[in-house]
Parts: sequence; structure tokens; C-alpha cells
Amino acid sequence: MKFNKLTRSAVVLSVAAVLAVPTFAVSSANAASKASTWTSAKQAGGIAKIAAECKKEGQLNIIATPVDWANYGEIIDNFKKKYKVKIDSNIPDGSSQDEIDQANALKGTKRSPDVFDMGTTVGYKYIDTHYAPYKVTNWAKIPANLKDSKGRLTPNYTGVLTIGYDGALGTITKLDDLLDPKFKGVVALNGDPTKASAGLNGLFMTSLANGGSLDDISKGVEWFKKLKAAGNFINVDPNTATIDSGQTRVVFDWTYNHKSHQDRFKAAGKSWKTFTPKGAEVGSWYNAGVSPWAPHPACARLWMEFIYTPEGSNSWAKGGASPVIWPMMIKDKTASKDAIAVIGSGTGVARVASAAQLAAANTYLVANWAAAVGTR
Amino acid sequence: MTQSQIARAGSSTGTGSRFWRSKKDYLGVLPFLLLTGLFLLWPTVNVVYGAFFTEEGKFSLDYITNTIQEEAHWIPFLNTLKISFWTSIIGGLIGALFAWAISTGKPDGVGRRFVLAAGGVLAQFGGVMLAFAFFATFGFNGFVTTFALKFSETSFLASPDWLYGLFGLGVVYTFFQIPLMFIVFLPAVENLKPQWSEASQSLGGSSKDYWFRIGFPVLFPSFLGGILLLFVNAFSAYATAAALISQGTIITPLDIGSALSSEVGGASAPLAKTLSLYMVTVVVIVMALYSLLRKRVSKWENTK
Repeated sequence: MKFNKLTRSAVVLSVAAVLAVPTFAVSSANAASKASTWTSAKQAGGIAKIAAECKKEGQLNIIATPVDWANYGEIIDNFKKKYKVKIDSNIPDGSSQDEIDQANALKGTKRSPDVFDMGTTVGYKYIDTHYAPYKVTNWAKIPANLKDSKGRLTPNYTGVLTIGYDGALGTITKLDDLLDPKFKGVVALNGDPTKASAGLNGLFMTSLANGGSLDDISKGVEWFKKLKAAGNFINVDPNTATIDSGQTRVVFDWTYNHKSHQDRFKAAGKSWKTFTPKGAEVGSWYNAGVSPWAPHPACARLWMEFIYTPEGSNSWAKGGASPVIWPMMIKDKTASKDAIAVIGSGTGVARVASAAQLAAANTYLVANWAAAVGTR
Repeated sequence: MTQSQIARAGSSTGTGSRFWRSKKDYLGVLPFLLLTGLFLLWPTVNVVYGAFFTEEGKFSLDYITNTIQEEAHWIPFLNTLKISFWTSIIGGLIGALFAWAISTGKPDGVGRRFVLAAGGVLAQFGGVMLAFAFFATFGFNGFVTTFALKFSETSFLASPDWLYGLFGLGVVYTFFQIPLMFIVFLPAVENLKPQWSEASQSLGGSSKDYWFRIGFPVLFPSFLGGILLLFVNAFSAYATAAALISQGTIITPLDIGSALSSEVGGASAPLAKTLSLYMVTVVVIVMALYSLLRKRVSKWENTK
């Protein structure tokens, strides 16, 4: 029967395919067996050695890194220029989960991603299975509480919750400046804190600036109550339209979201300034990791080294993201002027609330936030 | 074979073919049934069923009995009922007056056609656009506010705090409730036959007699039906409120939104389903009333 013949050939084909894939995998793994065991530049015999090996591999596969996200475009261009290798950028707009799914689907092929750029929650879900340990040369400069001690995932950059505001309003030097009548009805928070991460971290930030802690968000709620009583808080959801039309002239949001407002205001001959209270930096980190089955293991490690140098990190800063080595770069004076113009020269390392702290804050906010902003 | 057996056999084949013939008639409505089944019935069943189970899939009545007792949930629910009630009454009255005013005009006049078209468009004017239109008009640096600030700084319009709360939301809702009432109520007003008024006059009735004994009693079921429709319309609105008041969950649709999509630990599918179940219950009650009313209304509509 025709139908049977068809099925049989399909089965034969798929069996062949299944058999063929592991063969490829073995051959590529053999060719690069040495580089895939390197856990640091020192062990590899220096960055020059890694670079030479990478040149032989000829290509780096990155994933879920859009060129306009935290200025990744510039990092990609600079890496290509410096090391003369091709970069294949797979599903630029993918999510962290997409990265893992692609790595699984393409495992054993030449197209599998070499390096990951993972959000913290999803990233740590796969900590035991999906990353080869690698400690970059600047490893010691990265705060221990943010990184995986084995070097499987290393924080690379974060947004910092910042107050962005129309430069025409003057200069803000402390949080309480916002209680001034000149800010009447224009101060907005990006999203309800019981719902949106930016909104919640806005409250953590205000809480820290008012003597609270990540365990105690009530100080932040109290401050917003004052802001509301002063008539300055507006409960509208801020977006490009409300900002441009002047409905929300002061917005609590992530630095990388402020970047586009800065560009737009500059183009219109105005300015959009930012202010973060000292010691109140809160963030949401992204993390870099090397795939254990990276088809180009040397290039993967070279990329890791590159992004954790001032050369790579200045690009992130220019895109409004705060690199993890930023305090070191400010101290060494390796931070570029352009980058300082965007994220400022603060050296505070953004803190992140733990899962338990998040849960406690959520319970408190569900009970108290609506009353504080007068919608109950 | 006896007589009765033959009769029975005959009748049974007869019903069989009639049975299939009647089934064929339903073929035409199949796409409609499929659509309502897939996109209305199935989600509703899913929501109602899901409200009885915990996140781990265990049967429990906890969500249903506890949620409404929590301040964070019953206040928004009460707000939703309040805003739906008031905007449907106010919007309904004004919309009905408009409909009556338009029905007395020339049947094919330009004004009438214009108002009808505008009503159709404005009844659908909601969500982010509508909220934004109100910011731009009554917001902190809105058109009217800046104007008011120049001429009387202490006036109600000069301090637009009212816009960003339940009252403001009510004003915004009324804006789309009026035209909706207008378009659903107009056919009923036009159904008032001139002969009735003539009959009333020829029997010596005054204009007052006509309205209180004929006009209002005939229109009342349609009016109430319109109000119920408006109630449900406001009850289920989401986008306008989300754009206007993004802080501090003010109405239940926003509460459901945060229970579904909270990225900071507040997400809970059973909670969202429970809140939806509360809403479905209210809508079922309102719709039952509405269909009872429709029965009365159709009595008048069919006497053409």
C-alpha cells in the first residue's frame, strides 16, 4: 500500500536523522575538546591563547541579544572588529526561556548558542544543567552576593530604578525635592507595585532612601502617601505619550527605559534628566553564562572576557544599563565620558530583593498601597 | 401483523425522517454555536470550574468564601457595582432624553443622521484613547484646567484631582454610556405610534395623560432594558480604567488583571477565576432580568 510505503520511508529517514545528529556532535566536540574545559583565562594560557583558538573556530553564536537592547549592537560590532570572527545572532527578540529552549533543540549542531544572557529567575532555574563554569579575569571585582560561586552564571548588567524628569523642572538632588508644589500632579510610578516589577522596585528605592530596607517597604509607602497628600502624585500609567505631552513629567522607572526619553528630549532640544538617591540603588540583574555544549567554546569564553572589560561594559552603560564592573571602572577611570553622561558616576551596586522579601513586600502592598494612593 | 403494529411501525419511520429533517435546519447555525461555544461558553465553564480548585489542583471552597471577605478585593468589587449603577442610571436618563429629542425631529434630516452616526462612534469610544482625551482636557495641564487656572484658581476645574479617582472614572464612563443608551433606546421611542397619541387626544386625554398612561408604560421596559445593558457595559470595562488609574486596584476588572499578570509574586490563577466568577454571577442575574424585560418589550414591538 502506498500509505505504508510512505510511513516506512519516513521512519527510515527519521532514524537516520537521529543517528546522524550524535555523530556530528561527537566530531565537533572532539575538535574543540580542550577549549570546552577551560574555566578561566589563566587555565587556558592567557587571553591571547583563547583569541587564537577562537579565530580558528571563526564564529560565535549569540542568542536573544537585540542590537538596540542595552546597546548590544555596539558590543557585537566591537567584538567582530577586534577579533575578526563572525557573529551569528539567533532570535534577537527571544526571552530567557527561549534561549534555553533553543539550546536544547539545537544541542549537538553548529547552530546551538555559545553564550547566554539570562534574566535571574529563569537563569537560576537551569543552574545545574545548562552552563559551563567559567570565571572571567575580573571575577574578583564582582560582588559575591550577586554571582554563582562556581562561575556558572555571572551578573553582567542591570537596570537601576531611577527618577527621570523633564530638565525644565530644574535639578533634583534629594527625594524630598519632589514634594515641592512645582511638581503638582506630574510625578508617576511605572506600574502598580502589586503588579509590575518597575513599580515595586520604585517603592523599594524610596523605602531605602527613607531609612527602610528590602525587608521593610512601608517607608516607601509612607513617602508616596506624603507625595499624594502634596497633590504631586498622579496615578496614571506613564508611557511615551504621557511623557511627551507633559502629563507625567517625573517618572520612576528603569534606567534603560529612560534612555529612549533622553534621546527623544535631546532631539527636541530639551533634556530628560535622571536622579537616583545615594545608597538606594535597586536593580534587576541579567547574567552571562557559557553553554556546556557550545559549538565554539573558545569564542564563547572570549566573549565572556570581552563583556567584563571596560571596553565591552562602556557600551552597556551608553545604552542605559549599569555594568556589574561599573564601580571598578569609575575607580580606575576607565569609564568613558559618553557612558557617564548616560548612567552617572555613582558607584553603588544595585541591590535585588530576595524571593522572601518580594513575597513579604507583596503582602504588605496588597493591604496598604491602594489606601496610600487614595483609590480605596 | 395487526393494525396497531403497522401503525406503530409507520409512525416510527415517520418521526425518524422528521427527526433528521429538523436536524438539518440547525446546520446553518452550527458556525454560530461553535463560535459561542468556543469563545464564550468554554471560557466561562473554565473560569467557574477553576474557581473551585487551588493552585495545586485540589478541590476547595476557600477562594470563593475568603476572597470576598478581604478588603483588597471587596472594596474594588463594591466600587465596580457602584460605578456601573450610577453611570448606567445617569447615562441612561440623559441618553433616553437625547433619543426622544432626536425622534421628534425630521425623520431624514441631516442633523438626525449626523447624531445617529456620532452616537454609534462615540458609544465605542473607550479605552486608552478616551482616557487620554480626558487627560488632555481636564488633566493637570489639560486644556480646560489651564484655562480655569487663568480665570478662577479656586474653581473645581482648576484642581483636577477628581479625575483620577472613582468619581472621575464615573464621568469618563458616562461619556460612552450616553451615546450607547441613545442608540439602543431610539428604536423604542420611534416605536411610539402617532396613532396612539391621536387616539388619546380624540378621547379627550391631555399630553400629560398620554405620557403617564401610554408613553411611559410602553417605554419603561425598553428603558430598563437599556439601563441593564449599560450596567453590564460599565461592569466589564477594563482598558479605560487601566489607562486612567494604574495605581491601587480600583475596580474588579483591574483586580483580575493583576491576579493574572503580576510579575512580582501576586499572580494567582484561582484568585483571578474566583473574581471572574463573582462578576459572572452578577452578569447572569442582570442578563436574566434583561431577558424577562425583552419578553415584555417584544409584545409592543410586534404589534406593527
